[in-house]
Amino acid sequence: MSHASTRALPMFDAALLKPALAESIKRLSPRAQWSNPVMFVVWIGSVLTTVLGLTALHDHRLPAPAFTLAVAAWLWLTVWFANLAEALAEGRGKAQAAALRSAKKRVYAKQLQEPRHGSSWLPVPSDELITGRVVLVEAGDTVPADGEVIEGVASVDESAITGESAPVIRESGGDRSAVTGGTRVLSDWIVVRVTAKPGEAFLDRMIAMVEGAKRSRTPNEIALTILLVALTLVFLVVCVTLLPFSLYSAQAAGGGAVSVPVLVALLVCLIPTTIGALLSAIGIAGMSRMLRANVLAMSGRAVEAAGDVDVLLLDKTGTITLGNRQATAFHPAPGVTAQQLAEAAQLSSLPDETPEGRSIVVLAKQQYNLRGRELHDVHFVPFSARTRMSGVDDGARHIRKGAAEAIASHVAEQGGRMPDAVRERVGNIARAGGTPLVVADGARVLGTIELKDIVKGGIKERFGELRRMGIRTVMITGDNPLTAAAIAAEAGVDDFLAEATPEDKLALIRQHQSEGHLVAMTGDGTNDAPALAQADVAVAMNSGTSAAKEAGNMVDLDSNPTKLLEVVEVGKQMLMTRGSLTTFSIANDVAKYFAIIPAAFAATYPQLRALDVMHLHSPQSAILSAVVFNALIIVLLIPLALKGVAYRARPAAQLLRRNLLVYGLGGLVAPFLGIKLIDLALTALHLG
Amino acid sequence: MNADPWFQMALYLVVLLLLAWPLGRWIDGVLSGRLSRRWRWVDKTEGMFLRLAGTNANEDMPWWRYAFAIIVFNLIGVLVVYALQRLQQWLPVNPTQMGAVSPDSSFNTAVSFTTNTNWQGYGGETTMSHLTQMAGLAVQNFLSAATGIVVAIALIRGFARGRAEGLGNAWLDLVRTTLWILLPLSCVIALILASQGVPQTLAGSATIRTLQATHYQVPLKDASGHAMLDARGAPRMQEMTTTTQRIALGPVASQEAIKELGTNGGGFFNANSAHPFENPSPLTNFVEMLAIFLIPAALVFTFGRMVGDRRQGIAVLAAMTILFVALYAGGVVAQSQPNPLIAHLGVSGPSMEGIETRFGTVASMLFATITTSASCGAVNAMHDSLMPLAGGAPLFLIQLGEVVFGGVGSGLYGMLIFAVLAVFIAGLMIGRTPEYLGKKIGMYEMKMVAITILAVPLLVLAGTAIAVLAQAGRAGVLNPGAHGFSEMLYAFSSAANNNGSAFAGLSVDTPFYNVLLAIAMWFGRFLIIVPVLALAGGLARKPRLAVSAGTMPTHGPLFVILLIGAVLLVGALNYVPALALGPVVEHLMLFHGH
Repeated sequence: MSHASTRALPMFDAALLKPALAESIKRLSPRAQWSNPVMFVVWIGSVLTTVLGLTALHDHRLPAPAFTLAVAAWLWLTVWFANLAEALAEGRGKAQAAALRSAKKRVYAKQLQEPRHGSSWLPVPSDELITGRVVLVEAGDTVPADGEVIEGVASVDESAITGESAPVIRESGGDRSAVTGGTRVLSDWIVVRVTAKPGEAFLDRMIAMVEGAKRSRTPNEIALTILLVALTLVFLVVCVTLLPFSLYSAQAAGGGAVSVPVLVALLVCLIPTTIGALLSAIGIAGMSRMLRANVLAMSGRAVEAAGDVDVLLLDKTGTITLGNRQATAFHPAPGVTAQQLAEAAQLSSLPDETPEGRSIVVLAKQQYNLRGRELHDVHFVPFSARTRMSGVDDGARHIRKGAAEAIASHVAEQGGRMPDAVRERVGNIARAGGTPLVVADGARVLGTIELKDIVKGGIKERFGELRRMGIRTVMITGDNPLTAAAIAAEAGVDDFLAEATPEDKLALIRQHQSEGHLVAMTGDGTNDAPALAQADVAVAMNSGTSAAKEAGNMVDLDSNPTKLLEVVEVGKQMLMTRGSLTTFSIANDVAKYFAIIPAAFAATYPQLRALDVMHLHSPQSAILSAVVFNALIIVLLIPLALKGVAYRARPAAQLLRRNLLVYGLGGLVAPFLGIKLIDLALTALHLG
Repeated sequence: MNADPWFQMALYLVVLLLLAWPLGRWIDGVLSGRLSRRWRWVDKTEGMFLRLAGTNANEDMPWWRYAFAIIVFNLIGVLVVYALQRLQQWLPVNPTQMGAVSPDSSFNTAVSFTTNTNWQGYGGETTMSHLTQMAGLAVQNFLSAATGIVVAIALIRGFARGRAEGLGNAWLDLVRTTLWILLPLSCVIALILASQGVPQTLAGSATIRTLQATHYQVPLKDASGHAMLDARGAPRMQEMTTTTQRIALGPVASQEAIKELGTNGGGFFNANSAHPFENPSPLTNFVEMLAIFLIPAALVFTFGRMVGDRRQGIAVLAAMTILFVALYAGGVVAQSQPNPLIAHLGVSGPSMEGIETRFGTVASMLFATITTSASCGAVNAMHDSLMPLAGGAPLFLIQLGEVVFGGVGSGLYGMLIFAVLAVFIAGLMIGRTPEYLGKKIGMYEMKMVAITILAVPLLVLAGTAIAVLAQAGRAGVLNPGAHGFSEMLYAFSSAANNNGSAFAGLSVDTPFYNVLLAIAMWFGRFLIIVPVLALAGGLARKPRLAVSAGTMPTHGPLFVILLIGAVLLVGALNYVPALALGPVVEHLMLFHGH
């Protein structure tokens, strides 16, 4: 699989860094800051200290202009670093959007007068096509808009959207009828009914999504912002009331009171600037990680929900098992050698292009070294729903293979009968979850071929991992309960739904949801749409119908059902990153108090220096060190915000213990070290 | 009684938990209606009281109806207590002929007793008639406690119910709580106290002849009531002598029982539980301490039962107990140090200033820690006179938001707010959006939590700032400097957190403090209760999610640590600068020289 080059960008690409730097400067305006209340407070603090510092330069009654201006400078840097984090995160999306936009050229569509191939057409600009119009797309044309194929079949290059270079087949009817505007027809022709309004096509939505232009905050992000705003307000009250407290204390104790720049510094250090600065970058980075997995989330809400999911409905075919059943053994009838059976089976399957047929040929070659032969005068009898058999007529031989019942009646017609040993074998294979195919030559039954679903390598371990994380896996299959149970056991899923109809799927989702579970599923067909709409996280295959894509809240551009597992991981990682940085940010406050409080009131109560456990050089260097640490920690954490914290598939209790140790305890300890180091550096440079 | 601080604490906690566990079951039985289903007469009695109030128990109230009922109920309470104080000179059962209480003091006291604060700007035995004490203050002691309990129960129901609109019936819950929980328990406790010598009488005061004549001075006043000044501007004093003493008596035992049991704390006498008639013996001291924590601890067990997972209750209880033990230890250590200024004078041993010698340092610190952990505010020692950090520990406990056991009901709902907060901050770290007890914590929930964490610090800090800035505020301070600042900070912390204990040393019976503190008490109570009920309503509507290995466990030691961290970080970070200017610097000045 070859992804478009834009999908694997390095963390700090020069091409991304430059526009991000420019963008971050632009966002120093108050209008841009307004949307982030925490950083807006910092912005106001920066303006206030700058004004105070500049006034102090001229008015000698005001103290320490150099110190005030140094604080102001670092506060501006804090705001700028926050802008930079956001601009960097958005920059990656923008680069991806630019690549997508190149696919969205204005083309002339061949609008048909009548909705059938062969009708006359008029050229209409693609952005004037309205829903319901029918267009003809021929080899070499770009599909002008999203639509449904109503006639014809064509191979289509969808690499502009999926990054997948191999062309795909699009045809009328069935589950492969959706075409996307901006893709290109490589061969043949199709007649397409337009289903999307101009500007609302899949590609438009995708561009808006990756650009972050329409990025609305997710519910959890809003909830977290509410908490951060509340904390900011509390600390605002703390710092504002500290002025009268300090004036009262100074009056009583006879010392100097705390100055406004120091209070601003304290406020900025206490409010959760770290998470406030990185919050939106984390969200954007989550979307962009999803996109790198080639999954297009229709909203940030979906990414968040992916982390919450605790029941996965997985289609058996393609997700749990390899696409098709494969032959695994030949069981000859009494009096027949295995070699004979294999030879007949191979002969009957040579012209059979189905995956099952091919797997029989492969097995015969592996086990009995039977090679493919040139076939002359061989008449192939294809499978039909009526006979439920396929086979070859080669001179005197009339080899048939098919379901046990079909073959039994076939040989009975010719005067033969099915040996009991074969019947018994057929029953055993079915009970074990396999599919028996009986082979007969004329009236003589030769034996049974055992076909089995091959469970994908490593999938059992993956499910075990999910189980430890508290996620249940449910296999959905059209097989009978017996077969389903055997495969379920082999794959290690927690539960299965056999002989599943779309209605069953919907009912199963509702049942899980009513028991308090959040359900994720994948689907591609139109009949999956109700279930997709009901599920909490619904990944539609890009190859699927537009109904399925509309119903889902994510589209997997690779159309790979196993992707659901990755989707869950990305969702969890984004939430973990958000939580870890919030915890870190709040835990930081303890050290900042120890740095600033003794320094702030040094003039009133010198005794408070006893609280200065870091033994900082001077009150001014202590406050400045805290402010510098507060700014630098944002830059240091940008890579973590964009990359996400290390993800491990562990039970919640273990994850909590680990992350609490790293980000909670780390958040308590790190600033003590950081502030001390910065203080040493400032002192060494005679800045403190 | 053994003076070893650890033995006393351990004995206390063991007895407490042994009593709280069955009471927790009982509360669950009463408020989930099992009791009235079992016995018809219980059901009939409840129905009778509801009919008296002109309502019935049929309505399952949505949160806003529940909140409306609670607020109306409490507003009526304020009016009744206010009226009783203003009119007491014309009302019966006033053997000592107490006059009307001033409007501002009446307002303050009415709000104070209705909000379960029991801040007292007055001296009980010299201000209130027996009728006011019994029909006003003692009744509110019951009803404010019932209010706290039903709000906590409503929040628990929010967690326990799924896809439900209602939180229960506020009137029914209030009736059940008062009749079957508070009344029987306070009867038992009142009898124990009376058996130990606590008075229970409607008589006025006893007049006795003293053993020796007492000489004292009173300032001379002119005809208009102003103090007459001498040439140097000092008040002119008149020498007085007396050989009789009036000893105040009254229905003390009944009021004392609910004072502790309902974590009210408003004493019959000014000296509160340091008074020998309120707290005559080590046994009554122990019983009173037990009574303070009994319902708060029992409610945590009730919580575990009602949400269907007792481990959840035990985790919350563990967090409370650890915080309690830690702050008790801090207080004991601080108070056991000799005061260096007194040690200079050759006096050895721990500082005894403000300590009732009958109880000693340990029992006083245990009582002080309990009364400030719970939002009780009864005192058996004068917190103002404790060593700086020993007085700082109770102040800090109050500022944590009264969640270490806390007030009846209010302690639990306060702690559950912190639990929601802890889950919200740390819960994301497991890679799921936060949930507590199977309920997702979303925007709406965080809005309510945000209001509760904002309201009290705002009231405390803004109130203190106004007091510090206003002439009327500074005028009340008897000890300027860091200690005076501590006194003002303590007053507003105590009021807004509905504790009601006083640091004393601050003249608060002035219109300025009476009004400002009443505002702090009212909003400190209902700016929490209303959002808590709104939160409960939101939670009840949500489905209860299933628990799996992917759910953040909220019952293990890790969660206990997390909860403690949330209480300390979010609850206390707000006050660190203010504390630094109060008790902390006082301590440093005392021990490291001025």
